[in-house]
Amino acid sequence: MAAIALDIAPPRELSPAQRALRRLVRRRGAMVALAVVVFFVLLAIFAPWIAPYDPLATSWGAVRKAPSAAHWFGTDEIGRDVLSRVVFGARASLLAGLVSVGISLAVGVPLGVVAGYLGGWIDMLISRITDAMLACPFLVLAIALAAFLGPSLTNAMIAIGIAATPVFVRLARAQVLAVKVEDYIEAARAVGNSGLRIALRHVFPNIVAPIIVQATLAIAAAVIAEASLSFLGLGQQPPAPSWGSMLNTAKNYVENAPWMAVWPGVSIFLLVLSFNLLGDGLRDALDPRHT
Amino acid sequence: MSFILRRLGAIIPTLFFVSVMIFGLQQLLPGDPAIAMAGEERDPNVVAYLRGKFHLDEPLHVRYGYWMKGVLAGDLGESVRIQRPVASLILEKLPVTLELAGLAMVIALVIGITAGIVSAVYKDTWVDYVANVFALWGLSTPNFWLGILLILLFAVKLGWLPASGYVSPFEDLGENLKSMILPAFVLGNALAAVLMRHTRSAMLQVLSSDYVRTARAKGLDERVVILRHALRNALVPVVTLTALQLGELLSGAVLTEQVFSIPGFGKLIVDAVFNRDYSVVQGVVLFTATAYIVLNLLADVAYVLINPRMRA
Repeated sequence: MAAIALDIAPPRELSPAQRALRRLVRRRGAMVALAVVVFFVLLAIFAPWIAPYDPLATSWGAVRKAPSAAHWFGTDEIGRDVLSRVVFGARASLLAGLVSVGISLAVGVPLGVVAGYLGGWIDMLISRITDAMLACPFLVLAIALAAFLGPSLTNAMIAIGIAATPVFVRLARAQVLAVKVEDYIEAARAVGNSGLRIALRHVFPNIVAPIIVQATLAIAAAVIAEASLSFLGLGQQPPAPSWGSMLNTAKNYVENAPWMAVWPGVSIFLLVLSFNLLGDGLRDALDPRHT
Repeated sequence: MSFILRRLGAIIPTLFFVSVMIFGLQQLLPGDPAIAMAGEERDPNVVAYLRGKFHLDEPLHVRYGYWMKGVLAGDLGESVRIQRPVASLILEKLPVTLELAGLAMVIALVIGITAGIVSAVYKDTWVDYVANVFALWGLSTPNFWLGILLILLFAVKLGWLPASGYVSPFEDLGENLKSMILPAFVLGNALAAVLMRHTRSAMLQVLSSDYVRTARAKGLDERVVILRHALRNALVPVVTLTALQLGELLSGAVLTEQVFSIPGFGKLIVDAVFNRDYSVVQGVVLFTATAYIVLNLLADVAYVLINPRMRA
């Protein structure tokens, strides 16, 4: 009898985060995407041990060699191993994705929270500046910023981060506007909590979910943006490997060495697709109403 | 009418902040902007000339005033490299990019809306699945990579289309279309994916509405229900969205023009970046942003005009 009683005992109450995690784990597409992201993260971290050759080592005896047992992805126009460069290139792409979105979050979310929470002229000012930044197409703004800051991976990350910031300002502001009229915020105010405490303790936790979703999708956009800037010569500078700059070189040798163009592109595609799928999965998991 | 006036009034502060932001770009230049703009030779005469021309010894707000005065009079500055007014350079390159963007838009509309309708009508079947995979592919493929792959296939392997270059439609329309079809497809690809997703969700919403059920209950042919009743309403938000995507097309054109060596607006900004021709960079960004704001306004007005419920 006791065993039966135990079996029908009510299930342990799960927190909203645990429930979201459960929903996420059940989404096969999102889980495969997460596995691909983890794969690229491991590739980036352990690049020196995984890459078969030095990504910068040139070999005049192995210029533009087709894929072979010695060079699985072939070699480039100055005899560097394409596989090794693709492996090391993961570092630039992931770093750009994470750092630039980190910048957007660090700048955009506090500004959005302040604008939404305080309202008035501060809101007006922040919103107008946000509108102005959103009026410039993302990549054009990033190109202009990278052009004036000077071409380098660091500046590309800053440029992408700044260009992506207004989306987070708008999102955080809209979320705060929706949350701040809720009864529990009124209650928190009624018992004498300070504005800062209410913002941090009561408003912020309730706006986090859509920001996480947007951040994941923004990483996908940032990875493409970094590759685009590097493709244009405004990101990672040669000879350091980056998927975008590898494609820039590959386009000049598409007739003689098409393999140079395949793997960097496949890598960008897989990483961006994975972050997009993960973002979609997170959206469904964190906001069940969406599905 | 009052809505249009209100909307017009709202773009003025936005335009003001856009101009401040773009003017402010110059301040990001490390060190003395005159030296940075003078190029590698750093000729003292050129530096002194630039300092005088851009009023670099004056306070920031005064310099902004001078710059803005020029902009309002249609003077976006002068290219340091080619010694030509930026406005005339933009006007010269713009038609090429507009043709590219226009063709890309047509391709995106045809593919995106068709795929969106089909996937909504055949929801949860393999057709829907394939259309969704296509959308994910479109959203995740860097267009410069797609461009290289298509050059490899259609120019190098099959020899059907030119790998790069541009022929004016006034010289030879056939050759022009041949040189533009690949870049336009590459540029339209991502937009097609966005349009497909929006059309699909708008169609799904409309297909479950009461008036569609009524139309079906009347015994109307399913094709008439979908094309005449559902699609017309589903397309309203999609058309508005399409106008807003023109800004994205300009962004994408920068890369597409680079891959296919098309002498348009995008190539102008990239070349300007490498020539440190900062006036051109500023001019192009200012022009793009203003065009985007105006398009946004037109899309909003069009939305109100075609949607009677919004007029109230």
